[in-house]
Amino acid sequence: MAMKKKKSTVPGDEIITLTNVCKAYSAGAPTLKNVNLHIKKGEFVFIVGDSGSGKSTLIKLLLRELTITSGYINVMGYDLSRIRHRKIPKFRRNLGVVFQDFRLLKDRNVYENVAFAQRIIQKSTKEIKRNVPSILAVVGLAGKYKAKPKQLSGGEQQRVALARALVNKPTILLADEPTGNLDPKNSWEIMKLLEQINENGTTVIVVTHNREIVNAMQKRVVALKKGVIISDEEKGGYIDED
Amino acid sequence: MRISSFFYTVRQGIRNLFRNKWFTLASIATISACLFLFGLFYAVVANFQHIVRTAEQGISVSVFFDEGLDDSRIQEIGELIRRRPEVSNAEFVSADQVWEEFRTEYFGDYEDGFPENPLANSAHYDIYLNDVSMQSALVTYLESLSGVRMVNRSELVATTLTGANALIAYVSMGIIAILFAVSVFLISNTVMIGISVRKEEINIMKYIGATDFFVRSPFVIEGMLIGLIGAAIPLGIIYGVYNAVLAYISERFPMLVSLLSFLDIRDVFNVLTPVSLGIGIGIGFLGSVVTVRKHLRV
Repeated sequence: MAMKKKKSTVPGDEIITLTNVCKAYSAGAPTLKNVNLHIKKGEFVFIVGDSGSGKSTLIKLLLRELTITSGYINVMGYDLSRIRHRKIPKFRRNLGVVFQDFRLLKDRNVYENVAFAQRIIQKSTKEIKRNVPSILAVVGLAGKYKAKPKQLSGGEQQRVALARALVNKPTILLADEPTGNLDPKNSWEIMKLLEQINENGTTVIVVTHNREIVNAMQKRVVALKKGVIISDEEKGGYIDED
Repeated sequence: MRISSFFYTVRQGIRNLFRNKWFTLASIATISACLFLFGLFYAVVANFQHIVRTAEQGISVSVFFDEGLDDSRIQEIGELIRRRPEVSNAEFVSADQVWEEFRTEYFGDYEDGFPENPLANSAHYDIYLNDVSMQSALVTYLESLSGVRMVNRSELVATTLTGANALIAYVSMGIIAILFAVSVFLISNTVMIGISVRKEEINIMKYIGATDFFVRSPFVIEGMLIGLIGAAIPLGIIYGVYNAVLAYISERFPMLVSLLSFLDIRDVFNVLTPVSLGIGIGIGFLGSVVTVRKHLRV
């Protein structure tokens, strides 16, 4: 039965499987309707659509922040409709997540924000001292490890968030509007970093409104409208809904 | 949990105290105020109870014997009395001792002129009780013993002291319950406000993959430290105030000190210290656990 797949039954190198997924908030119209989506390991996928199309709900389902109303969802072998609450932290440790509003711990400096992700997976202090500077170097913030978030520009804050998401070497990186608060220059820099991360083998899923970036990068594009996938193209572009 | 993670958690708990200075101060002030009132009230009640208990210990019941009752029966009655659980002590007072006491008190150095002991039938037992409320039961028992002529007791004093004791117990239980409820309400509100502010921080931790235990631990340590400090401050203040009040009373009202016996500060703090610290740490622990739990379902 396809609906009751376990870790070993995910076909091929498929890393995300959504089959007939519906999500409805209480007493409202469904936000996602019969969504079928298959993402393979190492893919770079844009999820696009207008406000209210269900993009953020999809990301929240992949993060297991929300549960599906019906259907089947499997991420990295975890059946997210059945996963136990105590197993969720372990599942999330294989995911990196970046938000539009960065969500950094404001009272901690750059180093502490990134090291925090390593603390959570119980890395030793020695390993943290080795891993954090090297990931900060990757995102170009090695010289600003002592700075607090408020001392950084939006682009720099997003890089810190990216470093935090990457330091635990996630299998999948979820980015929810990562360039939403950034100017074009910083937006492109973040996208280049995401592309570089993807080239190193991490599956990257980016939810965005940024037409220019989507059209220029020529990656797989999944377009949502009112909770339904209206197109799914390899090397696609931004879909005009009008 | 790794040792380094354990120390990290403790360090974060301590750092949280300084990161959220206003929340920390507000929580400590709330706990301190509640426990100060509690401690002050306990010190007053404990002293009242001590004074009443001391007064109770001075109350005795006297048992007089039938005329000519032989010594062996008197001793037997003494044994029966001492076996009673409500009796703390029973002292035999011979007729000669009674007369000697009377004579010394009323005649002093003058010759009394009596050839024989005029109080020959006044040998008796003075009985002291553990619990003055049991006096009537004891008197009924004593009056039923053969060889007992008369039982003297002070019913009014016993009833008054028993009533005072019960009143103190009920009032103190009521006030402590109210203080406790108010403390829990104030403290949980303070903790809730503090943690609501940090809801985002908890969410971030959960998104990164922190376990509930990892998220909760620094908050719990912070809560317990706030409780500990919040309890230690009023204990210090009460210690100083108690000593000062006792010194003031003994200096200004020496008559009062000779009439009433106040508890030594060590007796008060032997109970107050563990109870206050327990309440403070307990409230800090429970407050943080309950409030963080609301935000863990992310």
